[in-house]
Amino acid sequence: METRNWERQANGLAVEAAGLVKVYGKERAVDGVDLVIPRGTVYGFLGPNGAGKTTTIRMLATLIQPDSGSATIFGHDLKTESAAIKSRISLTGQYASIDEDLTGIENLVLISRLMGYTTKEAKLRAAELLSAFGLENAAKRQVKKYSGGMRRRIDIAASIVVTPDLLFLDEPTTGLDPRSRNQVWEIVRALVQAGTTVLLTTQNLEEADQLADRIAVINQGKIIAEGTSSELKASVGTGTLNVQLLDSADQAQATAILEHKLNVAVHVSTDRLTLSAPAKDSSIVAEALGELGKEKIAISDFALGRPSLDEVFLTLTGQSASDQPIEEENS
Amino acid sequence: MSVQIEHDKTAYEEVHPLNAIAGSKRPDPPNALASTMAFAHRALLRIKHVPEQMFDVTLFPIIFLLMFTYLFGGAIAGSTGEYLQFLLPGILVMTVSQITMYTGIDLNNDIRKGIFDRFRTLPIWLPSALVGALIVDVIRYSLASAIMIGLGLVLGFRPEGGVMGVLGAVLVILLFSFSFSWIWTAAGIIMRSEKSLMMVSFLVVFPLTFVSNVFVDPSTLPSWLQGFVNINPISILATAVRGLMHGNGTWEQIGWVVVVSAIFVVIFAPLTMYLYRRKE
Repeated sequence: METRNWERQANGLAVEAAGLVKVYGKERAVDGVDLVIPRGTVYGFLGPNGAGKTTTIRMLATLIQPDSGSATIFGHDLKTESAAIKSRISLTGQYASIDEDLTGIENLVLISRLMGYTTKEAKLRAAELLSAFGLENAAKRQVKKYSGGMRRRIDIAASIVVTPDLLFLDEPTTGLDPRSRNQVWEIVRALVQAGTTVLLTTQNLEEADQLADRIAVINQGKIIAEGTSSELKASVGTGTLNVQLLDSADQAQATAILEHKLNVAVHVSTDRLTLSAPAKDSSIVAEALGELGKEKIAISDFALGRPSLDEVFLTLTGQSASDQPIEEENS
Repeated sequence: MSVQIEHDKTAYEEVHPLNAIAGSKRPDPPNALASTMAFAHRALLRIKHVPEQMFDVTLFPIIFLLMFTYLFGGAIAGSTGEYLQFLLPGILVMTVSQITMYTGIDLNNDIRKGIFDRFRTLPIWLPSALVGALIVDVIRYSLASAIMIGLGLVLGFRPEGGVMGVLGAVLVILLFSFSFSWIWTAAGIIMRSEKSLMMVSFLVVFPLTFVSNVFVDPSTLPSWLQGFVNINPISILATAVRGLMHGNGTWEQIGWVVVVSAIFVVIFAPLTMYLYRRKE
């Protein structure tokens, strides 16, 4: 799916930006961002809190003006043609962009009327959206009584009352349980299938990996790497071999064998049971493991992993992408 | 599938996002009237869901009128009945001007909650978000006025201007309050929190309403204070309202209210919209 979307969009660019800068006081929140986002693709902004993801999105969505640099959205200039841009974009902010005191259906009817539907059409459209997003039973409940996942869905529903050509999603799944997160992912995929370009920000590496055709890694207002998920992983170069020993007494010998065979430095965990090392070539890894077997070194487990985006991030910035552990997806 | 959900509400609802994709029909953006009406409808729905906000509009007028009539009536005018004739128009002005910050407070909350960003990315006439809410505020002002005048009549208020005089007075109050509200919408965008906005509005409205001709005849005041009282917009409004209610109003008094209202709108409506567009 990733490649197909990427290849079929020969029909121009959704976003083109050059040298976007936004300064708050002494801090350069966005510090020279260039972007090229083809139509019909999902583009992921990946970075920690305060990296400049939200500020960049808010500039592209006409909410704040860049201090320097320029951008076009579907060929419309950001500075001079914001009205034309507004009719083609939609924004789902990091915090619920709906009136929490109103019910689900009242919110969607309001937004539908503001998009230009008559009151009657607005009611039909609202009902259609509620049903598509599994919210019929909550239609007449105030949004402040919704769960996190429902709130996200109603928020996205409000953003696609008129299916936008470009949808900005600011951390669409932060704080959601895995099931709700998968529902949001399904929605994003359906929108892309219908031709919408999606620009999403995330701190979740797996999310960028799952959804985005291309990923920009942002840190301190700068894009420090850009490419497909595979390209980013390849740029780090290697995967990692992890070997779990049964007996820490074997550690010194095992380390020596691996270092000799793989010709790299081996990292030893503090309990002296886990050895890890960068590994380029799986055949050499197999040889090294065979050598351990010959020496009767007992192994409880081993794994050869492709580098995760977390490792990509670590390599690029020297810091971990997020403070909290990355949730496992279990579906 | 909806039947299945009906029977098992604990289960996660299914999503069928492809059904949510709109057809090729893209409506034209709404005109200014349509979007203003949509926002007015939102404000009405907010009253329905948060009825507590109507306490100020219903209970305040009753408490204020009873309190001030019986507290000050004997001391200031010799009798409560006589004082009521003087006080009611003024205290009506005071009560209504103290509830002009609703839309400013709602706007301040919208900004912090993110819905503000959504409105600003919609292809609409932007002021409609505020004008719609202010129109509903006019309903609040009318309700507060009706309650206060009704109670006043029970207590012995006898407006010599008759029904037309009272209605005219209320219209003048509505015009003034709508215009005055634009100060709070501008402040609502600047202030960081609802609390600081409340404090600022209190600091402005409280002295303005008390240091006016609402409670006392300004000729009893020291001359430096009289100077302020006479140019205080609240005094200008109270004078016109008193005149209309008691049947001795002049076009000049009404004219001054119109001028003051126009000044508020001309300065603070564009300022609000400038801040609205530029808010970061």
